[in-house]
Amino acid sequence: MSVSIAFEKAAAENRAALVGYLPAGFPSVDGAVEAAKAMVAGGCDVIEIGLPYTDPLMDGPTIQDAVHRSLTGGARLADVFRTVEAVASTGAQTLVMTYWNPVDRYGVERFAAELKNAGGAGLITPDLTPEEGREWLETADSLDLDKVFLVALSSTEERIEKITSVCRGFVYAASLMGVTGARSAIDTGAAGLVARTKAHTDLPVGLGLGVSTGAQAAEVAGFADGVIVGSAFIKRLLDAPSQAAGLKAVHELAAELAEGVRAGR
Amino acid sequence: MTIESALPDAAGRFGRFGGRFAPEALMAALDQLETEYDKARQDPGFQAEFQDLLTNYAGRPSLLTEAKRFAEHAGGARILLKREDLNHTGSHKINNVLGQALMTRRMGKRRVIAETGAGQHGVATATAAALLGLECTVYMGEVDTQRQALNVARMRMLGAEVVPVKNGSRTLKDAVNEAFRDWVSTVEHTHYVIGTVMGPHPFPMMVRDFVRVMGVEARQQALDLLGRLPDAVVACVGGGSNAIGIFHEFIPDEGVRLYGFEAAGEGVETDRHAATITKGSVGVIHGMRTYLLQDEEGQTVESHSISAGLDYPGVGPEHSWLNDTGRATYRAITDAEAMEAFALLCRTEGIIPAIESSHALAGALKVGRELGPDAAIVVSLSGRGDKDMHTAAAYFGLMPEEGK
Repeated sequence: MSVSIAFEKAAAENRAALVGYLPAGFPSVDGAVEAAKAMVAGGCDVIEIGLPYTDPLMDGPTIQDAVHRSLTGGARLADVFRTVEAVASTGAQTLVMTYWNPVDRYGVERFAAELKNAGGAGLITPDLTPEEGREWLETADSLDLDKVFLVALSSTEERIEKITSVCRGFVYAASLMGVTGARSAIDTGAAGLVARTKAHTDLPVGLGLGVSTGAQAAEVAGFADGVIVGSAFIKRLLDAPSQAAGLKAVHELAAELAEGVRAGR
Repeated sequence: MTIESALPDAAGRFGRFGGRFAPEALMAALDQLETEYDKARQDPGFQAEFQDLLTNYAGRPSLLTEAKRFAEHAGGARILLKREDLNHTGSHKINNVLGQALMTRRMGKRRVIAETGAGQHGVATATAAALLGLECTVYMGEVDTQRQALNVARMRMLGAEVVPVKNGSRTLKDAVNEAFRDWVSTVEHTHYVIGTVMGPHPFPMMVRDFVRVMGVEARQQALDLLGRLPDAVVACVGGGSNAIGIFHEFIPDEGVRLYGFEAAGEGVETDRHAATITKGSVGVIHGMRTYLLQDEEGQTVESHSISAGLDYPGVGPEHSWLNDTGRATYRAITDAEAMEAFALLCRTEGIIPAIESSHALAGALKVGRELGPDAAIVVSLSGRGDKDMHTAAAYFGLMPEEGK
């Protein structure tokens, strides 16, 4: 199963898909499963489960903090697959977002097989380019998994062509030049990047890095096929006085964003 | 100075090592750097300006000093110290930063950022930025800002902003992460002056080319002094820039043994060391495929060394390649062995070495005893030890209030 199904369903409803991100093991292994389920219940169409990594050099302070807590809490790879399995069982399309070394170390084929077995739809790989990703591309194709690579504001037309030609599921457009973290305003270059990307592919284009409110989600939904939200969910969990309050806050945010992706067109 | 070498290949690979495992947001900048560097290396004007700065600003060529009293402890082998400690700013790092600062200007960028461990690379970068009128921000692990406080003050005096990094292990690895984060969001006007032969292509190649002057000089100086090539060349290895710098010219000289000494910390049998090649495995970190310290699930394992400059869980990809081909041999030196060599050089030669370089000195003592009295060994004295006085004073109990 590909996440493209979730994007097609959203498109049929004339709206953008809502994609929520959460690292496995945060605030605990079970807590992450519950939070992801609350995100689905609130209206997320696709869930990205982050694989906690010691050197998250593409992530801002909020995700770094969550990942650090996850790792110091003892989260391991088996917990990531267990989380994927639990979230996928809700029926939501579930991807894993991971830096490359944990996959490389575990073995690309072995990792992909276990992901598939857990019901995962594929991988988002923020520090892997198609040039270095041949083994993953071949493995994903043989196992029928989604391959989501990133395009950036600084990407040339030539690179966008190269990247979109190997993606499956959707194309991840990084809207800000910077690392992830909730921002107050949506960068004005984002619409241009989505438009440039769509000129090269029929795949859906999801826009990530920056959205934290329903109004921002609506703005992004006006030009992108998917709205990706991560730090804002984590912040709700970090700020909550109790786990129950955190789940409630996550559910509310998902509902607000889900309303946003429906209001944008 | 002409620069010729077979590796890396067009994809930046040294055999199976190296490459470019970078976020897409940096690919345009890396492509630009590769293209511009390719032009610069063939541009006589660029090379002349670089050479002029090395000669008239950094103080090159550096001396090759024979250490006769120190050599008495090395099995009688002749020990020749390549005196990078005498360069402006006190280490080999100035060679690389002058090259990269010129590249920054050439690419029309106005700001440089850098990571630093011991602070030597940060000081060198702040120096070059001051010289060329560039803005400068240096990321330094909070632990390192404490053990190298004097260098923090030096950088600030030179006009640089020093940002203590409080994430993760709060050492060099985390400073690299933070510098990459900065670069991703400032790449239009900022160049990341990576401080060693690591990172995504073309950094390992470009940095090597800027530091290989060490070996070019040392080889000729050894020939002049000895009438022949040395038997061995010895250097410490953290990320590995001083080692590549002094090794590279000798690589075709098959009779010259190359030894890299990593930091064994409290011992390679403990979990507190930074012996990346000796104890690590192959993976991907900071944009390159190389040996690194990682667990079975690919999580980076924290390194340890008394020397901030060697306290890094990865190593430049060319070293991984030199190890696998057998051209160079990598071993590890403990904190205690390094500090013993540190004290020995002070007392026998009147030279205070950096603790990083002391790992090479300790290695030279071993290699000298193995090769015997007829051997001649070139040792990379990569930096001076002024910055390490606080650590040394505490280690040896030299301050009354800190005496044990």
